[in-house]
Amino acid sequence: MFVVSVNLQSAGRSERPSAGPAVAAQGLGKRFGDRVAFEDVSFEIAYGEVFGFLGPNGAGKTTTVRTLGTLIAPSSGSATVAGIPLTPENGVEIRRRVAIMPETPGLYPRLSVAENLECFADLYEADDPGARIERALRSVNLTERTHDACATLSKGLRQRAALARALLTDPQVLFLDEPTAGLDPAASRDVHELIAGLGRSGVTIFLTTHRLDEAERLCDRVAILNRTLLTIGRPEALRERRYPKALRVRTLDRLQDPGSVFGGLPAVEGWRQDAEGAYVVSVSDPRVAGPAITRSLVGAGADVLSIEESSASLEDVYMKLIADDAEGRPQ
Amino acid sequence: MKLSRRRIRAIVRKELRTYRRNASIVVAMAVIPLLFIVQPLVSVFAVSAPEGQLGDHHELLYLLGIPALVPVMLAAYAVVGERQEGTLEPLLGTPIRRDELLLGKALAVLAPAVAIAYAVFGIFLALVVLFARPGVASALIRGPDIVAQLIFTPLIAAWSIWIGIAISTRANDVRVAQQLSVLASLPTLAVTTLIAFDVIHASLGLGLALGVALLLLNRLGWRLVSALFDRERLIAGTD
Repeated sequence: MFVVSVNLQSAGRSERPSAGPAVAAQGLGKRFGDRVAFEDVSFEIAYGEVFGFLGPNGAGKTTTVRTLGTLIAPSSGSATVAGIPLTPENGVEIRRRVAIMPETPGLYPRLSVAENLECFADLYEADDPGARIERALRSVNLTERTHDACATLSKGLRQRAALARALLTDPQVLFLDEPTAGLDPAASRDVHELIAGLGRSGVTIFLTTHRLDEAERLCDRVAILNRTLLTIGRPEALRERRYPKALRVRTLDRLQDPGSVFGGLPAVEGWRQDAEGAYVVSVSDPRVAGPAITRSLVGAGADVLSIEESSASLEDVYMKLIADDAEGRPQ
Repeated sequence: MKLSRRRIRAIVRKELRTYRRNASIVVAMAVIPLLFIVQPLVSVFAVSAPEGQLGDHHELLYLLGIPALVPVMLAAYAVVGERQEGTLEPLLGTPIRRDELLLGKALAVLAPAVAIAYAVFGIFLALVVLFARPGVASALIRGPDIVAQLIFTPLIAAWSIWIGIAISTRANDVRVAQQLSVLASLPTLAVTTLIAFDVIHASLGLGLALGVALLLLNRLGWRLVSALFDRERLIAGTD
């Protein structure tokens, strides 16, 4: 378990605005010549929120991060980042207040972990760099490798070092671009714990990923992007919006007349049998339908093995949205 | 626009640490200057009658090839190398300004290049004084040549650096950048060699003209490199 301690009060130059969103985009878009990277993207992220940005490869996630991080200029729309309008003149000021951790850690391999962080502390003109470096390394549990050259670190440890580098200046918004790409399960879990810890300590995180389990586990809200924004909301709300509630009923033997068992019960809207022979009953309210279905099954003399709420995963929502989007696009 | 000394220093320190720990850079910086010292030493030690054989040659000025060639290889790596190693995006994600980055990169190359050029020059002079035939040292070591060496070494090195960085900002591959940079520094090398062998006659007027021209070129070089440095193209790889 990692202890993540981020001193938001000591952010120094960049005082957090008292009101307004941490990041807001309005009709934001980026084109490279004729190619659309992403377009018409609008959203708001509150301070302290962990916001997931999902999408398939080539959906425009990384370009969105680079645009909001002032690495590239938008072609259309507007945005504010850390309370500052996204304009070329404000680039330096925005970059002072945010940190970007790209997909590849981008550490200098011949420099030690501490030297890498020292360089970045100076680039941010951070006060008391020694203490900041020590705190950042402690927060990612990397103090024992402080003086090792980054080339000697495993991929997971490099990712942790890159996260420490991003935390050096207590950024108001932390952009994490595919932070677990290419990591083994154990290293991914380490990074997940770090991100969860950062989220708990109030850091605003913009997390791009195509790992849906990661987004579901870590994010307060998610947006699904496929060049345009397909949907946005809390993971559970997206599931409920896209998939009706259902109860999955398993019995020892097949029911003689399922229609008479499920038909006419309160809050039951329909039923079907799935590939495993279980009955999937669509309901408007599981708390009303559940007891009624149980009584009806017992009354019909069925041997009930289980009745459980059937929930679609974020992956189901994602796959459906991406498939619908692909169908809707002109060939 | 105020440049941050701390950010420039951070880049210089980072670059120097990287050079020191990169064996191929250390070897390249040692071998190229040694190649330049061979020809002058051979011709100096082969001299039997100093006044007659050295004539109007300026063997010392031949060593100005060192600041023309040594820094260009490092400078060519400066931007495209970071891009290939994936370190450019995090770097540009910091508050560093374009001019701070370019100045830091240039100074980090300039310092060792000038130090090496002066050191090799000193070694050459010491060898001549200690081991050449009597009269060779006094015929070869002329005040104006030494002054020219001291003044032109940083000027030529700076010009080579701007050439190297300019190519590095536009190239997509380190090796291509280094080859093009060496090619682009050949005219400078040609001029210093022609002066050393008295094909172009060295004079105070020529020295002043070349000095002013290099000062202007260096100023222009910085502006040119700054204009060529396209953050978006370097990050997104678009033209």
